[in-house]
Amino acid sequence: MSNTPKTLFDKVWQSHIVVQEDSCPAVFYIDLHLIHEVTSPQAFAGLKARGLPVRRKSRTVATMDHVIPTLSGKLAVIDANAQKMLDALEQNCREHDIVLFAAGSGREGIVHVIGPELGLTQPGMTIVCGDSHTATHGAFGAFAFGIGTSEVEHVLATQCLLQEKPKTLEVVFEGMPGPGVTAKDIILALCAQIGIGGATGHVIEYRGRVIDAMSMDERMTICNMSIEVGARAGMIAPDETTFAYLKGRESSPAGNAWDKAVADWELLKSDAGAEFDKRVVLDLSSLAPMLTYGTNPGMGMQVDGKIPNPDDSDTASEKYAIGKALDYMGLEAGQAILGQPIDVVFIGSCTNSRMQDLRDAASILKGAKVHPTTRTLIVPGSAAVKAEAERTGLDKIFIDAGAEWRNPGCSMCIAMNGDALEPGQYAMSTSNRNFEGRQGKGGRTFLASPLMAAAAAIRGCVTDVRELIENPVSGQESAPASDTDRETRR
Amino acid sequence: MKAFTEVQSKAIAIAVDDIDTDQIIPARFLKTIDKLGLGKSLFADWRYREDGSETPDFVLNKESMSGRSILVAGNNFGCGSSREHAPWALWAWGFRVIISTSFADIFRNNALKNGLLLVEVSESIHKALLTGDSSDTDAVLRVNLEEQTLSIGDNNTISFEIDAFSKKCLLEGLDQLSYLLSFQESIEKYESERPGS
Ligand code: SF4
Repeated sequence: MSNTPKTLFDKVWQSHIVVQEDSCPAVFYIDLHLIHEVTSPQAFAGLKARGLPVRRKSRTVATMDHVIPTLSGKLAVIDANAQKMLDALEQNCREHDIVLFAAGSGREGIVHVIGPELGLTQPGMTIVCGDSHTATHGAFGAFAFGIGTSEVEHVLATQCLLQEKPKTLEVVFEGMPGPGVTAKDIILALCAQIGIGGATGHVIEYRGRVIDAMSMDERMTICNMSIEVGARAGMIAPDETTFAYLKGRESSPAGNAWDKAVADWELLKSDAGAEFDKRVVLDLSSLAPMLTYGTNPGMGMQVDGKIPNPDDSDTASEKYAIGKALDYMGLEAGQAILGQPIDVVFIGSCTNSRMQDLRDAASILKGAKVHPTTRTLIVPGSAAVKAEAERTGLDKIFIDAGAEWRNPGCSMCIAMNGDALEPGQYAMSTSNRNFEGRQGKGGRTFLASPLMAAAAAIRGCVTDVRELIENPVSGQESAPASDTDRETRR
Repeated sequence: MKAFTEVQSKAIAIAVDDIDTDQIIPARFLKTIDKLGLGKSLFADWRYREDGSETPDFVLNKESMSGRSILVAGNNFGCGSSREHAPWALWAWGFRVIISTSFADIFRNNALKNGLLLVEVSESIHKALLTGDSSDTDAVLRVNLEEQTLSIGDNNTISFEIDAFSKKCLLEGLDQLSYLLSFQESIEKYESERPGS
């Protein structure tokens, strides 16, 4: 029995089952519970109504990210309701003695950025948060998934959840992509290939040479968007890159405990011959930079392609969906997407707000100016990322280019804090969701990588970033056609 | 949680695939520390115009639809964000059953905890339920959870699948937290046997 080859997921799953009764979901143990202001108040209220304590406060960590303002200076919270949520979180953490990284504490940030950064996220753990992008932490070989508020209450009260065992999906990336094609492009390509329901009910393990070669920041971008194909979680087996990242972090094991931990972590990989329920292979060798054209993350295309025609759809429902999306986006079927004007560039969110993302953006923006009609917001994922970016001078590059350099938070990814698109505006965003109204009512979102977003910031329109990488020139002279382009395309 | 009883109602159809929770309830309505009062924000961006008035041709705004408690929606309903505000809003509006060919995982979990029954049907049944003017499905549907049947009109009854545990939870209005709390001892034992606890 113990000789049966196991997947990485199977190993983590089995070691966290507390009780498994027949025809019932498992009582499943949670190692780390991250909470934030939006999905926790009702859970604490439920706890209070039953007079229950938080079972393991040491396994519970809170931050404020969704509604906090990102402008410097006084923290003017957007409205009374947002303030109420922040107050409730503070009060609940005080009452239950839970560590809270409050805004201004220096350790705050987007929940999925600070977990790894503080070394809280570790291989083999089970991690939950009332937020669907909890999948991010799977980059460390953890089984990490989003839960609803009732489940937040369950974990607070019992440190456990009721879980049905998900199926497994092996995603294999073949080949190495060329310059200008990043982790974000790869995951957008997967979304486009299998669609937003393509992995429902499954936990993905990402594999391939390109994954082995990725930094932790890049792996987090990949795992982050697992939920955009409907997956329960996404995982990557931990390796030397993972260990090097974690070594010496605030909550990482130290001394002898470190060596012991690494020895355990090294076992966390799928055994040779382990069987997955499903397998998808994606060849990356000719992948171009990607962006979305529609209103879900699966509606993606290569930047040098043509906007799809609903009439070419295989099914009536797909035809309807693409037609509806193009209508909302104000785009014309069959046209090139290059040159499409962009009003706002947003570089941030738990998908792309870490140091590597900011370095990518800076590599394009260095010595350049953002286009005068393109507002550009750069929002670091955490206070630590912000400090590091400032220590290494990235902030200066951004500010000199004419971009807004903000404080950490979710910001325009979800537009709950006042950073929002106006109706009809086009954004190129490094976030993860282009649903109707996601970045502000009536706003229209193109999802792309930090490189692509920076290129759009300079030219004011959808641009193939490879042009800027191949001929690195500074300033707007690099885009002779863009102004006329903007005029004719408006 | 209230126990689920038989539901009998005409349906409201929204024949759109991949309806995400940002559509079910946009993020700006999540700024609340309550679960109540979310019915008016259900499908807000489809339901109201810029000035706050109702979009007359959106199905939920039609007079004839009020009081209906079954929603038939496109594939992969409830994808996206984990916000439980989505089932709270659907329930508050009056929905008790949602029918589709597939549901997103987190939404499924959240719905179950709020007494909302999700019925998965085959493509062909789904199509039949959505045919004609989708916003005016006039057959009365009857959902019997005990027997796991869905009856369409008088002489068309199909059965649907649901796992035994979810069925029990819904029928008995079983509160999952109480169920979990009954495992206290096992949880303690598990914790004490793990290194680093
Ligand atoms: S950055 Fe966006 S996706 Fe990430 S946690 Fe915040 S709101 Fe959610």
